[in-house]
Amino acid sequence: MSSFNPHDYDVVVVGAGGAGLRTAIEASARGAKTAIICKSLLGKAHTVMAEGGAAAALANVDSRDNWMVHFRDTCRGGKFLNNWKMAELHAKEAPERIRELERWGAVFDRSKDGWINQRNFGGHAYPRLAHVGDRTGLEIIRTLQDKGVHSGIDVFMEYTVVKLFKGDDRISACLAYERETGRFHLFNTKAIVLATGGVGRTYKINSNSWEYTGDGQALAYEAGADLMDMEFIQFHPTGMIWPPSVAGILVTEGVRGEGGVLRNNKGERFMFKYISPLFAKETADTEEEAKRWLEGDKTARRPPELLTRDEVARAIRAEVKAGRGSPRGGAFLDISWRDPEYVKRKLPSMYHQFMELAGVDITKEPMEVGPTMHYHMGGIRVDAESAMTTVPGLFAAGECAAGLHGANRLGGNSLSDLLVFGKRAGEYAARWAKEHPATKPPAPLAEAAVAEALDPFERPKGENPFTIQESLRETMHEYVGMIRTADELKTALEKIEELKSRARNAGAFGNRQYNTGWHASLDIGHMLVMAEAITRSALAREESRGAHTRDDFPKTDESKWATVNVVSRKTGDRMTTVLEPLPRWSEEAKRIITSKLEDVSTQAGGAP
Amino acid sequence: MWRGQGGKGFYVDYEIKREVGMVVLDAVHRVQASQANDLAVRWNCKAGKCGSCSAEVNGVPRLMCMTRLDSLPTDAPITVAPIKSFPGIKDLVTDVSWNYRVNKRIPPLTPKALTPAERLKGEFNMQQRDIDRVQEFRKCIECFLCQDVCHVLRDAEKATDPSLEGGFYGPRFMIRIAGLEMHPKDGVDRVPLTKKEAGIGFCNITKCCTDVCPEHIKITDNGIIPMKERVADRYYDPIGIIAHALGGNGKDKAGAAAEDGGAR
Ligand SMILES: Cc1cc2nc3c(=O)[nH]c(=O)nc-3n(C[C@H](O)[C@H](O)[C@H](O)COP(=O)(O)OP(=O)(O)OC[C@H]3O[C@@H](n4cnc5c(N)ncnc54)[C@H](O)[C@@H]3O)c2cc1C
Ligand code: SF4
Ligand code: SF4
Ligand code: FES
Repeated sequence: MSSFNPHDYDVVVVGAGGAGLRTAIEASARGAKTAIICKSLLGKAHTVMAEGGAAAALANVDSRDNWMVHFRDTCRGGKFLNNWKMAELHAKEAPERIRELERWGAVFDRSKDGWINQRNFGGHAYPRLAHVGDRTGLEIIRTLQDKGVHSGIDVFMEYTVVKLFKGDDRISACLAYERETGRFHLFNTKAIVLATGGVGRTYKINSNSWEYTGDGQALAYEAGADLMDMEFIQFHPTGMIWPPSVAGILVTEGVRGEGGVLRNNKGERFMFKYISPLFAKETADTEEEAKRWLEGDKTARRPPELLTRDEVARAIRAEVKAGRGSPRGGAFLDISWRDPEYVKRKLPSMYHQFMELAGVDITKEPMEVGPTMHYHMGGIRVDAESAMTTVPGLFAAGECAAGLHGANRLGGNSLSDLLVFGKRAGEYAARWAKEHPATKPPAPLAEAAVAEALDPFERPKGENPFTIQESLRETMHEYVGMIRTADELKTALEKIEELKSRARNAGAFGNRQYNTGWHASLDIGHMLVMAEAITRSALAREESRGAHTRDDFPKTDESKWATVNVVSRKTGDRMTTVLEPLPRWSEEAKRIITSKLEDVSTQAGGAP
Repeated sequence: MWRGQGGKGFYVDYEIKREVGMVVLDAVHRVQASQANDLAVRWNCKAGKCGSCSAEVNGVPRLMCMTRLDSLPTDAPITVAPIKSFPGIKDLVTDVSWNYRVNKRIPPLTPKALTPAERLKGEFNMQQRDIDRVQEFRKCIECFLCQDVCHVLRDAEKATDPSLEGGFYGPRFMIRIAGLEMHPKDGVDRVPLTKKEAGIGFCNITKCCTDVCPEHIKITDNGIIPMKERVADRYYDPIGIIAHALGGNGKDKAGAAAEDGGAR
């Protein structure tokens, strides 16, 4: 008897967050026999945590908005390292993806006119985020989940994919284990779409769920796919920093969008000092102007608190370094000057989060906040239109894929990313499945993979996997954090090597059923691949750009580094990191990103 | 902490060091990381947003990630046990799949005729005040704590009844149905479902569900009672019965469609 149960599908989607669900719905609608596999229960994926909103140029609140402005904002935010084609498709298609959700049951907050309301967020020129209070992710995932269960998709909840297989050099199957029983399952399939989310659990202070161990990226890497832009880790400027047990939990950017201001321990509103030349023309330089903007004056420019995340995170760090930080090493974020009822209505879960976890009433006092590892711009390299990776039949969408966000992601662009590229991945995976016959099932390889996965049980007295994970998180935080130097990065690489040998000695005890320790020992492998790729890429990129800051190369170097991605791939048993040219920008794309904001905005009553 | 498999088990004592601001989930994680690697527990967000970490803490159904240790008495051990309405899998993890099967039986939003302006724009036009109630229900994070305390589900063991026929969907799904029924653009009549398959008649409004909801949703007052009224109007009130037969009872979907221009 074989040690796994076999299944047959046209398309297998790994991950049931926004990207995975949207993919599966599309693939199924296009006639592919589709399965969706996820580590947690359905509806609990990381997407559920997203708060602020989904960016789409609906122009419901500010008629000056359009896809070109969104495209321009995204590329400027990404410091022009974006795959321009992805950014264009994203900006053009996001509005229809949002509207489609409404038809499927999502109930977005309304504007005065009764259309979908939109709020301000960092880096977006106009109010652009469709939202539901501060629980937008819940609304999106629940809508897709409810749509999905009526779409003929087979759902495998609490299953973890541990290996991908190829046959004839293209994707043929994946192996998963079922948490509840510890049994293995082999999914023979023509196409696999990875939608496994990010890597935040490789860092000590982070806003991410337990699932964020970089599984999809590591599985793709092992299967021969390229990883790209791995050095770009987004530190969100506002995470909770107290009490210690909640450190890292996110404070949505929606707080700043609704008028929250940042102050140092002297009470100064310091962001005015940190406006970089790229954004100077579009940012208010006095408190008076910032206030007018908040009141809706369209001639005023946006407050500096709404600069991109990399800029705000660096500013907070600089204040702390200069001795002007908050008592616990961050800054104060204050929304208490606004009407308490307004705050409770617009930011209900922030209100509760601080009340219940920190005993702070945000309608009365400021929040203490500091940077937290939040999002990974890097990931699996994909084709802009089809979302296919460099491995035929293997696709990727959502946070685990790279390209759209360049060196820094704008808030709200992830939720729309999931929808736009989830749909595309589903469409192209279904098409691929139709055009390619199934390959031979990789039974003997799967048997070997099962044995490998069970290996930790051979060492019931082996090292505690949770301890190894904690060491890795500390290493990354200490040596591959927000600000990096070559020496630190090299130290990190040495430590990662040590951790690799410790990982080979990780043990599991008890039985296979719902065994969290065993699971943790399997995660470590993925996390180490991620850690190595992030570190090597950070070492390779000898400049500072977006979310990647090198103390030893503090300048943004447009001559060399603006035109290359850092790509990591498996060569034999080693990881190689090479520079590859960005896709060439089209003339139109170039024109849009270099235009003045007014020139691409929709003029009142006219073109474009 | 309750340790066991397949519903059988016993309490095991663990000792950990308390820290400022610690929540029950932190304590459980600390035990898991240092003393019981194989301990089964669900969690995702640690911020009260995903509804994974439901358990009974000192006998009260709660989210472990939102329960601070300093809110609990210090003179006795804290007990942590799985929620009881659903079959145990291992330690703190229970089999909640029944809920997913119930959910699948609820027909999705089916938009009624749109106005020309809506069709042109591809969006619904709805005023915020008309969707406030629906949004309240949609705050549900599916922690199933309300399902856990509902004595209808506990007593009748409906949670393990695979057929569901003649049973009760439970408070979580009452508000899910109510959210669709009260959606200004939904075109399906959900009153028969509410009465028959979903069994709203079983609920006797004890409000235990409302008391435990971590999202502070007024499940009974805002969801179940209005739905009961709709059922009563339709099935028991003679005027309502006649009005329905003639195609219009209060908020009637066909009537509302006519207001929109009636194009289907
Ligand atoms: C607190 C917070 C707030 C945020 N707010 C916003 C916001 O306001 N706007 C915005 O645009 N973005 C926001 N983001 C970012 C955004 O939420 C995420 O980037 C996005 O949800 C990722 O979605 P996804 O579909 O790619 O993956 P996820 O939703 O994370 O789903 C990953 C899925 O993959 C599964 N999986 C992983 N590994 C495996 C495996 N080995 N086998 C099987 N299944 C696996 C998981 O179980 C899960 O189902 C926020 C993030 C956080 C943390
Ligand atoms: S009010 Fe109704 S649904 Fe709620 S717990 Fe009581 S019987 Fe159950
Ligand atoms: S209604 Fe409240 S208690 Fe019930 S599942 Fe939803 S959030 Fe939990
Ligand atoms: S872990 Fe998400 S609600 Fe507790």
